Amino acid sequence: MSVHPDAWPLWEVFVRSKNGLAHKHSGSLHAPDAETALKSARDVYTRRSEGISIWVIPSSAIVASAPDEREPLFAPSDDKPYRHPTFYDIPDEVGHM
Amino acid sequence: MKWATCDLTDYALRKADDTLVLGQRLSQWCGHGPVLEQDIALTNVALDLIGQARGYYQMAAAWRADGSTEDDLAYRRDVPQFGNHLLVELPNGHWGDTLVRQFFFDTYNFYLLEHLAHSPVTALSELAQKAYKEVSYHAQFSAEWVIRLGDGTDESRAKVVESIAHLWPYTGELFEDTDLDRRLAEAGAVPLPSSLRSLWLQKVEEVLALATLELPDPAAYMQKGGLHGRHTEHLGFLLAEMQFLPRAYPDAKW
Repeated sequence: MSVHPDAWPLWEVFVRSKNGLAHKHSGSLHAPDAETALKSARDVYTRRSEGISIWVIPSSAIVASAPDEREPLFAPSDDKPYRHPTFYDIPDEVGHM
Repeated sequence: MKWATCDLTDYALRKADDTLVLGQRLSQWCGHGPVLEQDIALTNVALDLIGQARGYYQMAAAWRADGSTEDDLAYRRDVPQFGNHLLVELPNGHWGDTLVRQFFFDTYNFYLLEHLAHSPVTALSELAQKAYKEVSYHAQFSAEWVIRLGDGTDESRAKVVESIAHLWPYTGELFEDTDLDRRLAEAGAVPLPSSLRSLWLQKVEEVLALATLELPDPAAYMQKGGLHGRHTEHLGFLLAEMQFLPRAYPDAKW
């Protein structure tokens, strides 16, 4: 490894699979620019026919929620099961929804 | 005039040898690439080329119809029987050497397949149509690296200028018309190698210009011999490594 990979910025790779509706996070890679990041993403994350569309985004552009804010952000929804549409009686004739 | 099957067999063998030897060379980078992403990218190219080689060997084996298999042709022929171009057997050198060699070969392979895709020989046209998609990507990949290195730092530029000067004399052979090529081209089965040269030169000049590099003299002295089984000293070592296992354990299955 003659080139230190830290010399290149990190990119997050999102791949949309053949039958998938949305792009899903596949992983990350190092690349000097967006064009190379796309090419590398093709080589690293779609070599087994995983996708038909790729997004790459500089990792530095991602804003993430802080782990220690988990309680105030997510805990309040734990005791509100009525937010799931599981309380409706579905007629048998409707079948699988 | 219709083409002769024995000519097609020899033609397929040359193409098989080109792609197998270069695929083997590139696979030597596996685990040694400058960064993980490029290591994988180059290994993908190696696998594509070996896949193309299999297609050509299977074709040749079928045309020979003497019971020989693709493995016999790849693993039980020695240096003088190999008909690959000298360019593909040259050592990998550094990253720039490998990518310049790849750029010269990919660009040639791109135009070759573009023409072979219209061959009346169905086996050839089918293989070419599939391989064309792969090689379009290879050619783009290696050209971008040549541009990046040429128009890069002082060091990358100095290195790639040297790579081009070193590899240039091996490019002329890609467009050598042998008697075999002439017979097959006359029968309309394959393109004449020399007919691809101007396309190749134009593309190479265009990419080198983007890399802020100069095209070497097209009329320079060119090395020859590979198509006739006269190889550099490097091919024997490559074959020795590649063929060791099937020669030591002839009936090995894996």
